[in-house]
Amino acid sequence: MAEILVLAEHSGETVKKVTFELLTLARRFGEPSVVWAGPGAGAAAGRLAEFGAARIYVAAGEELDDYVVAPKAELLAALVGQKSPVAVLVASTAEGREIAGRLAVKTGSGVITDAVDVTEDLVAEQSIFGGSIIVQSRVRAGTPIMAVRPNAVTPEPAPGAGQVENVAVELSDVAKLARVTERVVAERGERPELTEASIVVSGGRGVAGAENFALIEKLADSLGAAVGASRAATDAGWYPHQFQVGQTGKTVSPQLYLAVGISGAIQHRAGMQTSKTIMVINKDPEAPIFELADFGVVGDLFQVVPQLTDEIRKRARD
Amino acid sequence: MRPVAPLPCSAVRAPAVRAPGRMSAEGGRPQVMNIVVCMKQVPDTWSERTLRPADSTLDRAAADGVINELDEYAVEEGLRLAQAHGGEVTILSMGPQKASESIRKALSMGADKAVHLLDDALAGSDALATSAAIAAVLGRIGFDLVILGSESTDARMGVMAAMLAERLGVPQLSFASKVEIDGTAISIHRQADYGYDRVEATLPAVVSVVEKINEPRYPSFKGIMAAKKKPVETLSLADAGIDPGQVGLARAATEVVSFAKRPPRQAGTVVKDEGDGGVKAAEYLASQKFI
Repeated sequence: MAEILVLAEHSGETVKKVTFELLTLARRFGEPSVVWAGPGAGAAAGRLAEFGAARIYVAAGEELDDYVVAPKAELLAALVGQKSPVAVLVASTAEGREIAGRLAVKTGSGVITDAVDVTEDLVAEQSIFGGSIIVQSRVRAGTPIMAVRPNAVTPEPAPGAGQVENVAVELSDVAKLARVTERVVAERGERPELTEASIVVSGGRGVAGAENFALIEKLADSLGAAVGASRAATDAGWYPHQFQVGQTGKTVSPQLYLAVGISGAIQHRAGMQTSKTIMVINKDPEAPIFELADFGVVGDLFQVVPQLTDEIRKRARD
Repeated sequence: MRPVAPLPCSAVRAPAVRAPGRMSAEGGRPQVMNIVVCMKQVPDTWSERTLRPADSTLDRAAADGVINELDEYAVEEGLRLAQAHGGEVTILSMGPQKASESIRKALSMGADKAVHLLDDALAGSDALATSAAIAAVLGRIGFDLVILGSESTDARMGVMAAMLAERLGVPQLSFASKVEIDGTAISIHRQADYGYDRVEATLPAVVSVVEKINEPRYPSFKGIMAAKKKPVETLSLADAGIDPGQVGLARAATEVVSFAKRPPRQAGTVVKDEGDGGVKAAEYLASQKFI
């Protein structure tokens, strides 16, 4: 059966959900093999097999994470050369897309980013121009490289052999030009990652101050959600920039998106329009974000949000 | 939308990078860092953006062209680094004639000169071909530092810095929220979901920036007047030594099969808060099994 390479996104031995999504997608057009860079594969192999990984190529060297992007692209390029897969799938995260880009250059292949779906004949669907246009495209040169947006498909288990094969990697000097000397982790508690989260609660201009983001965080925590922010809020310094949802920030596609105090300019819509269900809380009934709302409340967020949070907590206890 | 050509890596790898300024400075002459800012003209996000039915490429004529927003941050960072370390800023843009307006704007912000890669055969080039063409020009004009926005607002692929670094064989310092240079040493804060990575390398290098990095200046009246006299060199594919058979829509490695406007979302329920808005919202969430 046709082999598909799936690059695992993981933190140590913890596999990120998007990896299971990629495996589920890959099974539509072939037999997925996971490519695992760095340590932790041993503990993760069982889970990967559960979602259909036939093989797991493990390059365990810590060195792979010591340099920016290039080592993983080199690893994938070597495997593309050896295995001749019919496609390579990566997560459409900032790093995933960059790995895809370098791999495309190395292998002379077409690359499609931010796919929200891929059909069995490898036609990718994308949502472009702020979500206003849906495009189907395909790769016609080299090995199709597809970066798939997290939350695009629902992961479904289907057992695979999960055979582990160790891969020796000798990094080239060029792959070692940009060295990561320190990882600085911001204190953000236990919330899920923004692009991975099933539920995202975002605050905007209406939140009116950094201190008020506590309201957004409390609502998010009551739902086990990630916190996002509009450009207006991050530009004002109310919430850190890496949580910006929108055209120059993150694109999210959760099951549920709550837009609080966000008017819904095209720049913001570009980052959240493919969310499955959208809830809006805004005091301005004319705000364009209501056009996207499955459910909207016209009201003062400082009244509505605490009441909603309390109600969710209460229902959780009952 | 983003078709590409199957380019063998070897054919497009730029010639050995020369850094005519900084690296070759001789005694007595001040060292000049050669900073090239790659700038893309994109359709204004506020205008209606669409694909052309004939070839499924972006209809660039239909929308106002503006500097890609994150590239403005790249220009600003180039100007700041040039001022702090002694350098010259060259704007490099690939695009149709119309892009010259955006090139002038970048010059009016304070860049010294510009190179415009302009050739009808480039139309419809995808990321792979675009990166090959830009890398070829960079190899020709030389650089100590290349700076660009981390993604464009039209294609939003976020791959150009990675592709350029790959083709040029120089360090990839992408998603920078901070850049520091000391001699030939360069370090950045690479923005990540969890915070940031500190990354170190040696010039020459490719840097892409995120909007956190600075606040781009507005062109002053004096800057606008000065920009009119700044040199803009226009290069054709032949001038840049790029094989026309390797770029453009026909050689793209990806192709659009079909496209359509997204159907409008079904109108939802909107309630006015009468003191029970939060409760009603919770009821909706419960009805949809979110809680």
